[in-house]
Amino acid sequence: MSRAFLGIPAIGVPAAGPAALGAPTVGVPTVGAAAPPGVGHLHASRPFPAAARDALADPQLRRNLGHATGVIRAKRAAAVAELDDWEQLRLAGEAIKRSTMASLDTHLVRLEAEVTARGGTVHWARDAREANAIVTGLVRSTGADEVVKVKSMATQEIGLNEALAAAGITAVETDLAELIIQLGEDRPSHILVPAIHRNRGEIRDLFLRTMPDVDPQLAAEPRQLAMAARAHLRRTFLRARVAVSGANLAIAETGTLAVVESEGNGRMCLTLPDTLITVMGIEKVLPSWSDLEVFLQLLPRSSTGERMNPYTSLWTGVTPGDGPRAFHLVLLDNGRTAALADRVGRDALHCIRCSACLNVCPVYERTGGHAYGSIYPGPIGAVLSPQLTGLHRGSDGGGGGATFNASLPFASSLCGACFDACPVRIDIPSLLVRLRAAAVDAARDAQRLPTPEALSMAAAAHVMSSPARFAAAESASRLARLAGRRTGRLSALPWPLSAWTATRDAPRPPAETFRQWWSRTHPDRP
Amino acid sequence: MRIALFVTCLVDALYPRVGQATVTLLERLGHEVVFPAGQTCCGQMHVNSGYPREALTLVRHHVDVFEDAEVIVAPSGSCAGSVRHQHAALARDAGDDALAVRADAVAARTVELSELLVDVLGVEDVGAYYPHRVTYHPTCHSLRVLRVGDRPLRLLRRVAGMTLLELPEAATCCGFGGTFAVKNAATSTAMLADKMRHIVGTGAEVATAGDASCLMHIGGGLSRLGAPTRTVHLAEILASTAAAPS
Ligand code: SF4
Repeated sequence: MSRAFLGIPAIGVPAAGPAALGAPTVGVPTVGAAAPPGVGHLHASRPFPAAARDALADPQLRRNLGHATGVIRAKRAAAVAELDDWEQLRLAGEAIKRSTMASLDTHLVRLEAEVTARGGTVHWARDAREANAIVTGLVRSTGADEVVKVKSMATQEIGLNEALAAAGITAVETDLAELIIQLGEDRPSHILVPAIHRNRGEIRDLFLRTMPDVDPQLAAEPRQLAMAARAHLRRTFLRARVAVSGANLAIAETGTLAVVESEGNGRMCLTLPDTLITVMGIEKVLPSWSDLEVFLQLLPRSSTGERMNPYTSLWTGVTPGDGPRAFHLVLLDNGRTAALADRVGRDALHCIRCSACLNVCPVYERTGGHAYGSIYPGPIGAVLSPQLTGLHRGSDGGGGGATFNASLPFASSLCGACFDACPVRIDIPSLLVRLRAAAVDAARDAQRLPTPEALSMAAAAHVMSSPARFAAAESASRLARLAGRRTGRLSALPWPLSAWTATRDAPRPPAETFRQWWSRTHPDRP
Repeated sequence: MRIALFVTCLVDALYPRVGQATVTLLERLGHEVVFPAGQTCCGQMHVNSGYPREALTLVRHHVDVFEDAEVIVAPSGSCAGSVRHQHAALARDAGDDALAVRADAVAARTVELSELLVDVLGVEDVGAYYPHRVTYHPTCHSLRVLRVGDRPLRLLRRVAGMTLLELPEAATCCGFGGTFAVKNAATSTAMLADKMRHIVGTGAEVATAGDASCLMHIGGGLSRLGAPTRTVHLAEILASTAAAPS
């Protein structure tokens, strides 16, 4: 497959222009299309407010999330406080990502050349469908009907397990939390801790139900649960001939891939089977080994709150007599070059999937990950999912169901906790606000008629750009005083403000506005 | 010092006593307050709801009104935050670089009340008297957009007669978020419920903050619950004296 299709960022970006983005080096490509609907797990199938309401009604879920995010938040805060150069590290992380994105094409081509020179094979996948077809074809050509998997967001994003299953290939998740999700036929709800919505008791019950030879006396205790999973997985590891992984990062100058993990199951997958297939989003590449130092400090402290994660696996091509005999790298676009084309929005591609922004987000903590629909939940998911899929609404017409990703940028109070936590300083609140404007525009284009909200926003701007009109509107609003005359507060307002007064009283407008008081008490003053 | 008051549209229309307290306090400290009469709104609701073009009209108007002021104070972390962090960027995005330069100049002279007192006027003890049990909620935009840090607490600790009670998980959002409170009302209310639980748990009579909007949200919830705690803006506490208690 040619690499020339790939939305190489230097070209075909009308907003910014090639000069700002670095000189073009490859082919005559254009920006790639958005991630297609109907495949993978990037699309919200319901508007966020409705999905959130259901989640909020589940008290067990609220307790599980509140407890788990609280524990990780405290660990992260302690791990970060140990370093007196944490802010400099964040700045370095941001700077490396920004400069890498500005010439992503160069680094990707270098990565391809180095991987190939060291005995690996590189495949370029425009979108989820292509990536799934490539991986399925590679597994088929080995004759295997089973693969072991390292925890990976990219393969969740494209719905690889479902695609393999459709081809008669069983994918076995080996990360403990992913295994819990798979056994429970559940969906991940967190980037790092996909089963964060489950507590120990629920996991024990699941193991007793789904693991054939598990000890019936199994206790709801972390070590026992981990040992049960270990026994369950061991046979599969020894049997597997093909492994599929993602990658936390890749180093272009030597064609080296890296996976950072806690359990060691990833390393089993990366070293035991004959064939290793790695699916990686194109934004994960770093130019050189010296960049690694920054990210190996930022990532563990931000994600698990550890100084260093237990297992960091790095591999370069294939090595005779050691590890897999065949290595394939699938580089995935799936909407990334489209996101890259927006010079501000592209900052979301700096994300290293540490999940710190989820753990500090007051919205995520209360609704959980499923409310976001996409496998990228929380603050970064509310930015990234609609960026990758586009903001179109409703049915996709392709049989893939409806997508409501345009509701995600509004799923935030813009409190800013995510920006403070982000190790690469992604200004998530500003990106959300930008996407809101894009969502409003998309809705306006789709309907051709202005929405009631658009009309009231335009009216408010008209009134507020003139002090005389504003003062007149204030007197009109004081009619509302009559409604709250006895109590000094308003308990029921008409739609859309009824959404406010369902749970909160509204203030009764005062007898005199500030500006009236001012002109009465300071008649001689401007 | 001659200080221009940007009272904010919410305070003007719904909470005039917050503006009055700001004037009373600054005049008591010996400063001259002016109220540029053309002022209306910072446009933050428009930007944050996805209407940057409509907001730009308000930015232009705001810059016209406040351009000549030496220092501008707003009794709101959120509105001061919008002036400082959104105005010039909006103009720049719209390709109006001349307006962006003017907006930057206005932003550089705009402060929130606690910043004005501590940084510009150099006072922490404003001579206030407020004999109540009070807890302080540091609003998100004061904390993470303006980075006011502990300035409001430094001012509150000098208030005579007052007992200051520490609010658990103080830095967590109350769930207001402008139109978020209406568009995602269920999630907003869940956040508010936790904030109210912490506030009521302190045993405070009064919950205070530097933003009338967040206080409207918290106060609306507390009043609906019939909770014993009421909300009072930071400016009202600092304006209160033994001779003229608020
Ligand atoms: S946006 Fe930042 S904090 Fe959130 S997951 Fe990505 S890197 Fe981590």
